[in-house]
Amino acid sequence: MSVAAPTAPQDGTDSAGGSVAGRPKSITRTVLTSKRGVLSLAFLVLIFLACVLAGLITSGGPDAQSFLVVNKGPSLNHLLGTDELGRDLLTRILYGGRASLIGVAEAVGALLIISVPLGVTAGYLGGRTDKVITRVADLIMSIPVIIILLAVLAIFGHSMTTAMIAFGVLGSAGVTRVIRSAALAARSEAYIDAARVIGVSQRDIIFRHMLPQCRGVIVVQTALFAAIALGVQTGLTYLSLGPAPPAPTWGGMVADAVSQFYVAPWELVPSGAVIALTVIAFGVLGDVVRDAIAETHSGGAAVARRRRRHQPPPVVPAADTEPLLTATDLNVSVAAGTREETTLIQGIALSVLPGESLGIVGESGSGKTIAMKALAGLLPRGTAITNGSIRFQAAELSSGDESVYRKFRGRGIAIVTQEPMRALDPSYRVGKLLTDLVHSIDRCGRREARARAIELLRRVQILDPEDVAQRYPHEISGGMAQRVAVAMALAGRPQLLIADEPTTALDVTVQAEILDLLRQLQRETGMALILVSHDLGVVAEICSRVCVMYAGEIVEMAPSADLFAKPMHPYTRALISASPRSREERGPLSTIPGTVPAPRDWPVGCHFAGRCEFTTPACTAAAVELRSVSPTDMARCVRSEELFAASRSVPTNEVAS
Amino acid sequence: MSEALLTVDSLVVEYPLPRGRAHRAVDNVSFSVSSGQTVGLVGESGSGKSTIARAIVGLAPVTAGAVTLSQEAAAERKRSVQMVFQDPYSSLDPTKTVGYSVSEPLRVHRGRELGTKEIQARTAEMLEAVGLSASAASLYPAQFSGGQRQRIAIARALIAEPELVICDEALSALDLSVQAQIINLLVQLRETRGISYLFISHDLRVVEMLCDEVVVLYRGRVTEMGAATSVHARPQHPYTRGLVAAVPEIDPAQRAASRADRERLRRPVSPAVALGESCQYSHRCVFAGDECLQSRPALRTVDSGALVACHRTEEVARQLDDDPEIQTQAMTPRA
Repeated sequence: MSVAAPTAPQDGTDSAGGSVAGRPKSITRTVLTSKRGVLSLAFLVLIFLACVLAGLITSGGPDAQSFLVVNKGPSLNHLLGTDELGRDLLTRILYGGRASLIGVAEAVGALLIISVPLGVTAGYLGGRTDKVITRVADLIMSIPVIIILLAVLAIFGHSMTTAMIAFGVLGSAGVTRVIRSAALAARSEAYIDAARVIGVSQRDIIFRHMLPQCRGVIVVQTALFAAIALGVQTGLTYLSLGPAPPAPTWGGMVADAVSQFYVAPWELVPSGAVIALTVIAFGVLGDVVRDAIAETHSGGAAVARRRRRHQPPPVVPAADTEPLLTATDLNVSVAAGTREETTLIQGIALSVLPGESLGIVGESGSGKTIAMKALAGLLPRGTAITNGSIRFQAAELSSGDESVYRKFRGRGIAIVTQEPMRALDPSYRVGKLLTDLVHSIDRCGRREARARAIELLRRVQILDPEDVAQRYPHEISGGMAQRVAVAMALAGRPQLLIADEPTTALDVTVQAEILDLLRQLQRETGMALILVSHDLGVVAEICSRVCVMYAGEIVEMAPSADLFAKPMHPYTRALISASPRSREERGPLSTIPGTVPAPRDWPVGCHFAGRCEFTTPACTAAAVELRSVSPTDMARCVRSEELFAASRSVPTNEVAS
Repeated sequence: MSEALLTVDSLVVEYPLPRGRAHRAVDNVSFSVSSGQTVGLVGESGSGKSTIARAIVGLAPVTAGAVTLSQEAAAERKRSVQMVFQDPYSSLDPTKTVGYSVSEPLRVHRGRELGTKEIQARTAEMLEAVGLSASAASLYPAQFSGGQRQRIAIARALIAEPELVICDEALSALDLSVQAQIINLLVQLRETRGISYLFISHDLRVVEMLCDEVVVLYRGRVTEMGAATSVHARPQHPYTRGLVAAVPEIDPAQRAASRADRERLRRPVSPAVALGESCQYSHRCVFAGDECLQSRPALRTVDSGALVACHRTEEVARQLDDDPEIQTQAMTPRA
């Protein structure tokens, strides 16, 4: 490994953590690429333009009567028919739409002018300002809106403008609260802190950093509120509380049509449909925008449902020393069976003997977590095993039959995860959680189960198990919670414990304690352990055998001592050399240029070839197999022996020089 | 040593709790950072290390004590102290281009005098200085990996030419190979630009590698401070000893020694008790005696040259360091 200077990026097209990076699709673009979005938006624009240009589209005013065509259906002269006074319905709808849309605009305008500044300010400033604003909002929300509107209309002589503004003001209370929540969430983002440290003015923080974060919520709320405002406007005009009768209004037209229902039922259709469609269009637009926001935040929607599509290979006869768990040629893909199908891990082959401890180590994007989840039968939605088999004792687990896993989970295979707190149900005391578990596994009496629960807590070296059993999960520390999680895993006397980054969320001193505990428990119970970690030191502490993963493949597998003393794969060596080391050994650390390729961008040959300093044409010509490169070591490298067989030193010195 | 760039004097930070009580996150902490120096703050979660950083930049309230900058630095406080945050994913505004984010400090502090062209030029130059291409300015944070984003955050912190950069767990979220790149970058920038760092981390290995001085914190109080190499090679406080022994090692000899150390320092876990006038470590310390529960130890200089807050340092040293096995552990350089 050369002492590489920080590498210049490739024009920004790389990715981290296996996720496909790229410019986040803007919300507008997402809306415009969705069918529902385009349809609803197009409808609203069409209605708007038609109302504005009503004078050009239609001939004769909205009040032009013709007693020759009273209560007629659609015809060439009157596309939507006529009403009881022979007025053209289309013309009236378009002119009436002006009042409706102006009413909606007034309400939405009042809503935005009040709720956006107040909501964002409350969320950003917090404290007393926030309290005052939310309390006032609560108060306004408790006011019966319709009564206020009737009063306003009575006082201001049927002024629809005043009524709609009043409606906007009343509605702003709820929206203020929603925007405040969004702002509060944005407030806790580190980049807001960063802006404050830099010295950006408060006004700029609010308008340039917080507002863009809240705009999605604002758009959604506006669309939904517009639909409601239209409903209210129509309702009020239906009750003749708006402009006096000859003036066209959508609500007034519905009222007229209702009075003629038995004579001319058609008359209700045009006005009813336009109201319904406009309300629906606002609602759909709101939904589409909300989905678009969710999508930009999650970085792409999961496409396919969980599915399996392969037949497990025939059962292989057992070898002499029967491994507890064996994975052969395991592939896991996301969106399997679709055009988007991407392989996340491939050709994973490993086995765990009874009582053995196997470490899986790799950086983000290596696929170690997916591999662990596949072994434990916990693959996330959208991903599936597309090849290979997983056998636990005599049972085939990769068939996708959930019941097979259920038989082994807890008893045969137990799992400890990274975040102990999330593994414990917060609404029960620790003692109850454990007792219930023991009760269901051992099918023993309550008292017996309780005694065993306390014994399990003692087993994980909790000083005062009776006291801890009385506590709720939030009342114990993270380290203690991880001990409880380990105790729960032990309840079923598992033969295999899979621990996924069990100490990553813990302090270094607590980490050491948990690792010591796991080692001791393994000695006492004889269970096997698979430990997944990004930390070489953690794996070295506890595992007798280690496999190193890189870009979805196992690149090296060897007994721990051999692997760390004499790694045979360039990636393993580079990783060890990049570890921080003592100050006496001056000079920059060795680095690995570039980044882990995303699953889509895996090269044909060795996945590490693009970053390896020893790459030759042979490395990229064809897929590289994992093979024995020394009596103890398996590596996925065509040059292992040639490069490293002679070297005996720890790579730190050798490689950095 | 010249005038200290940053002096933290008897800093106390308290957060109010219900019913008029208060949680003391930082309790009487004093240290200083000289020009060109790198000081490390080490401790586990709840030790107050990040709160100290936040108090220095005004994101946390200073209840008592003082945070002072040198005269020159204080004149342009917001420009001279910058910060790099832990999470490179949330510390950059996703709706703004990289160029916008990186140039923001320059626009805020020197926008009038420099003009748009010059700001653009400096942004490009800064991006190249941290190993990115100038064209990165027009892209969005989502288009970069974690390591590259941390470079962007560093570029933003450095562009207004600060005297002090606070790195709050700036490496913790990064993969090992990327972490090495960023360490090298920080060292290189320190050498070319003469910046001082306040480096906050829970990783003793990284701190020992990067820092001149180190301050070890536990439950808001200083437990030990001194030269980084000496604190790492010859820790004196029982907590620091535990911290050093807890570092997972890939070297078998060192691993065995650390394990033996841990055995000696282990005490079954019990819930933490309220911290009154007792030693902050007494509930976890195997050496704790009556005096440790009754009075709070003051910081005092010990043989190693470090300042240690422990009543029984000498006795602890007699018990542990006379053991030949431990001696070898402390002295063995890494193979």
